Amino acid sequence: MVATNTGTRTVIALVENKAGVLARICGLFRRQGFNIASLAVGRSEIKGLSRMTFVVEGPEEVVRLVAAKLDRLIEVVEVEDISDLDHVYREMVLIKVSADNEKRGEILQLSNIFNVKTVDVGSDQMTIETTGESNEIESLLELLEPYGIIEVMRTGRVAVLKSNE
Amino acid sequence: MKKTGAQVLCEGLIHHGVEKIFGIPGGAILPLYGTLSEYPELDHILVRHEQGASHAADGFSRITGKTGVCFATSGPGATNLITGMATAMMDSSPMIAITGQVSRPGIGKDSFQEIDITGASLPVTKHNYLVMSADEIPRVLKEAFIIANTGRPGPVLIDIPRDVFTEQFDFDNKFWEEEIEILGYKPPKFAENSKIDKALKLIEESKKPVILAGHGIIISKAYNELVELAESAQIPVITTLLGISSFPENHVLSLSFPGMHGVAWASLALDQADLVIAIGSRFDDRITGDTSRFATKSKKIHIDIDPAEINKNIEVDVALIGNAKDIMKQMLPKLKKKTHIEWINHIEKLKEEHPSLKLKKSPDLTGQYVIKSLSDETEGKSVIVTGVGQHQMWAAQHYSYCSQNSWISSGGLGTMGFEVPAALGAKVGAPDKNVWSIAGDGGFQMTLCELATIVENNIKVKFALLNNNHLGMITQWQGMFFNEDYQANAYTANPDFVKLANAYGMKALSVDNNEDVRPAIREANSHDGPFLIDFKIKKEENVFPMIPSGQSVNELLEEPIDGSN
Ligand SMILES: Cc1ncc(C[n+]2csc(CCOP(=O)(O)OP(=O)(O)O)c2C)c(N)n1
Ligand SMILES: [Mg+2]
Repeated sequence: MVATNTGTRTVIALVENKAGVLARICGLFRRQGFNIASLAVGRSEIKGLSRMTFVVEGPEEVVRLVAAKLDRLIEVVEVEDISDLDHVYREMVLIKVSADNEKRGEILQLSNIFNVKTVDVGSDQMTIETTGESNEIESLLELLEPYGIIEVMRTGRVAVLKSNE
Repeated sequence: MKKTGAQVLCEGLIHHGVEKIFGIPGGAILPLYGTLSEYPELDHILVRHEQGASHAADGFSRITGKTGVCFATSGPGATNLITGMATAMMDSSPMIAITGQVSRPGIGKDSFQEIDITGASLPVTKHNYLVMSADEIPRVLKEAFIIANTGRPGPVLIDIPRDVFTEQFDFDNKFWEEEIEILGYKPPKFAENSKIDKALKLIEESKKPVILAGHGIIISKAYNELVELAESAQIPVITTLLGISSFPENHVLSLSFPGMHGVAWASLALDQADLVIAIGSRFDDRITGDTSRFATKSKKIHIDIDPAEINKNIEVDVALIGNAKDIMKQMLPKLKKKTHIEWINHIEKLKEEHPSLKLKKSPDLTGQYVIKSLSDETEGKSVIVTGVGQHQMWAAQHYSYCSQNSWISSGGLGTMGFEVPAALGAKVGAPDKNVWSIAGDGGFQMTLCELATIVENNIKVKFALLNNNHLGMITQWQGMFFNEDYQANAYTANPDFVKLANAYGMKALSVDNNEDVRPAIREANSHDGPFLIDFKIKKEENVFPMIPSGQSVNELLEEPIDGSN
């Protein structure tokens, strides 16, 4: 089992790629008073269908109920709470950080351990990118803190079951 | 052939067997009304309020099992349907609501009478559509009929912009014959055999079983299967509030309904049973009370078509997911015959010790007496439609429902005002049945404008108005749980309901004593037209038994023995 924070659950859904689908889904979470901690949507390998990964905060039984209700939605083809199944997940982050000529090398060196890519460099700031699990991203952010973080743009989590599940 | 969206919509409705439509026109939907004259097969009944249209469509659906249809215009027309759709949603009643929307270029611009009705109706519909192109209409309509009336039925709203009704496109009628598949919609049908066997084993091992028969029996028309299951294994049948009339109440195994205002022996049997077989019921809080103390001595089998109902309120031992009738058909051939003489005798004793339905002697006219009289006069064979409140509970208790699907009531949402338009719709759906609306003076006044619709179309509904000049159920709760601090509970300026009915052109009588009850009912029954009886009943009268909200059978309150309360 992959570690998930207690109280947060990861649900993946295969849904029709149509207007209004997201509103229907979010409506069900809202009714239960759930906060959606993160949400990622993108086209799947099947034409016309998208995959969504939700991370929600709520007790297991209630998440199970919401998942069953999600499955009731006509435009939801499949839904699964994968929190207790063996899965891998990634998040991505873009970090804009203060970096003059002097600091730039330092930052790059630091971030080598984190599989970081430089996506944009200006005269006194730079933007870097990384993907990983939440805690890896948290650690990178901590390391960069002293340099002066200007902006952080994080995606939601995307998750997939491991091959043996 | 080129046709307009409105024409194709009408043809689609006809193809799906629609004959009656309840509605009110308005600007955005006028192009559809403008097409109706080409399709005389579609009989549009003009109501007086869109809420009435939605409840009428609901009443029609419940009595016929077909999908009721209502029309409304954009904006206020559409929002007036919300209560009716919510009522249908909670009670799994199939319905299609078609609303006009402002023309496409006006959407999102706060145009006159624009409302985002697909957004507003999200939580009160099983599904809804905003149709942005006329050529989507055939597919959407076909999907809507499938979704509304298969699986767990419910309301579907189709919102159509004005200029989509008039848009022309090439349409081939053959489409109506084609089978379609809806990707994300696959209602379950049969349960796994291993689970069926597990359920059968529990039944075999049980010594004190009860069936809790819900609305799902009526929706899936599993009446015969239920009787066979009950008789073969000699299992008493408790019906839920909405399960009333799924099992004949003159059957020896019938135990009526349990819960908040159910009969004591049903609540007690449910509590003492060692096996509860819930079929097409959702363990509603009005039945369970405190879920941690509900039927704790029993194993549970839950048959339901909606997987989201399993373990929602009550944890069960075996869940059989599918259509109630299909699942019972799977079970019955393998069911071993059994008897439970001891258990049945025990329940008979409970009935003697707790005579919940015994009428107390009262010089004053009571709702209980009126309903018992109506039951006797109609031999338990009428269709009863109710509002919400004390009269509803007395109607559930004191009428003896002997014919299938003869109880129509807003159980889930508890919608006052349901009694007038739903009775109208039920009578339109079943013109050969004797339809009685048992109404409260509160609820009746919420939708009485539909008396005009009833008279205009000579819809022969009979009304038994249980007029206590009170929001009786409110009075009861304030008396029992709010230290008799009565607030906003009395209707001190009720109209003269006989004159009111007469003003609409309807025959009516007023009754204020026991002797006149039966003659009045007979007169109403023999009158060939709508009829109202204003029964002036005793004001301070509580509904018993009662299990207060969130409590258990241990806190069951019964009518005080001396008859006063
Ligand atoms: C639309 C709506 N508003 C409010 C309520 C709350 N309510 C439940 S029962 C009741 C009183 C009903 O009065 P009446 O129709 O006269 O029936 P009675 O209880 O007197 O038989 C009220 C106000 C409701 N169920 N529905
Ligand atoms: Mg009243």
